[in-house]
Amino acid sequence: MIRVKNLAKHFGGVYAVKDCSFDIKPGKITSVIGPNGAGKTTMFNLVCNIISADDGSVYFKKENITRLPTHKIARVGISRTFQQARLFKNLTVKENLTISRPCSEKEIRDVLEKVAFKLPIDTKGSALSYGQMRLLEIARALLHPHELLMLDEPTAGVNPSVRQELKKILKQLNKEGKTIMFIEHDMDFVMSISDEVIVMAEGRVLMRGTPKQVQKDKRVLEAYLGK
Amino acid sequence: MAFINYVIHLAILIGIYSIVTFSLNLAVGFTGLLNLGHVGFFGIGAYVSALLAVQGVSLWISIPLGALAAMVMGIILAMPTTRLKGDYLALATLGFTFILGSVARNWTDVTRGALGIPGIPKIVKGNTEFLFVVVVLAVVSYLAMWYISRSRFGLTCEAIRDDELAAKMLGKNTFAHKALMLGFSALFAGFAGGLFAHYITFIDPSIFGINDLILMFSMLIVGGLASVKGSAIGTIVLFLIPEPLRFIGFPSSVLGPMREMIFALILLLILIYRPKGLFGKVDFS
Repeated sequence: MIRVKNLAKHFGGVYAVKDCSFDIKPGKITSVIGPNGAGKTTMFNLVCNIISADDGSVYFKKENITRLPTHKIARVGISRTFQQARLFKNLTVKENLTISRPCSEKEIRDVLEKVAFKLPIDTKGSALSYGQMRLLEIARALLHPHELLMLDEPTAGVNPSVRQELKKILKQLNKEGKTIMFIEHDMDFVMSISDEVIVMAEGRVLMRGTPKQVQKDKRVLEAYLGK
Repeated sequence: MAFINYVIHLAILIGIYSIVTFSLNLAVGFTGLLNLGHVGFFGIGAYVSALLAVQGVSLWISIPLGALAAMVMGIILAMPTTRLKGDYLALATLGFTFILGSVARNWTDVTRGALGIPGIPKIVKGNTEFLFVVVVLAVVSYLAMWYISRSRFGLTCEAIRDDELAAKMLGKNTFAHKALMLGFSALFAGFAGGLFAHYITFIDPSIFGINDLILMFSMLIVGGLASVKGSAIGTIVLFLIPEPLRFIGFPSSVLGPMREMIFALILLLILIYRPKGLFGKVDFS
């Protein structure tokens, strides 16, 4: 579904992402892990052209999207959330969702139910707790027409019960055929729902494999804990 | 009779400036564009309509053409500036206002420079009739701007104001939205400028002055960002509060600075006690 080839980005003399290549298969849950500063979020931002790549290319369903503006990348079928929940804080829950696309009240209620969001739809974004913001951001990403869902640390800053809800939600979405790619630090979360894990370190893909393969790989332990 | 004429005069100015305030709110309050070029759009509408009208063009054509000229200028201004944010956008658009003032002062063949344009025809002869026309046009303008702000386009502009990157990630062409909203904002400012020129019957380059810009922003801040009601109430409050000074008998050399001091005091009080303005939906931060 998406193929990243030799992607590179440097800031000054430091490479945040270098020679990064991988592909994501349709209908799978792929997680991206790695220590802080491994280049995970930078790689997400390069895929969405939020920051432009110095080198390399990104293909989505065989179309080269490397230089497309961000809004056009969103239109080809990529939906994403951010490391810090980015809501439209002066808009209501309902308005936050209808920005994604025009939708009926029923669709809004369905998607909110799907992500276990329980507050009234006329609540302002600024009145939500961080966990609720996360859920609403995911609901908004789900409503946006997409084939690939990219989530940047969906469990960061949320309490354990929301974390469990998120796990169920992602599993359910995957059952419905969604392709999901997410960055995560919570290893229990990663190992319990991922079909495949990509490990990044120092801007490169260190290894990829099933959760079991990754858990056993010495290079991964070294990347996290040092030699 | 003189007092009634004075009240009518005030009501006409409130009608015209309430259009200006709401149009400024479209850019600043609803889209988050800190546009200090708004007084420039007001001036463009006034100058284009006045210049055409003194050449014999019907006011039914000259005023809309003035508004359209302002809109085109708004979209042109948006192209290089809407990629800027906050202070940088404010500085760039303020520069636009200064440039327009300079053009009006120095392009003497067309604008007569500092001499200004006298003898601009009125829309209707009597002030009472003019008040009726202004009220109707202000209501129509408000309905149109309200429709724009409540439309899907307007909602997307509000989303862009709150978080441009998130809006882009939902497939929104944020540049096009900002440019078009700045165009609509300029359209109505230009329209109000045309009404102003055909009411006062004289304009000169001082129409592009910083004082008017401060007045417009004061009305916006007092009424509140992204509020339809606030645009009207802010205009009324700022026009009416300094008016009693006229009856105290201060000399005009004192009256002007005192008005500005009152504006400053009102703004300070609003920012301290009601940071969102009287009816604002969005915080200035």
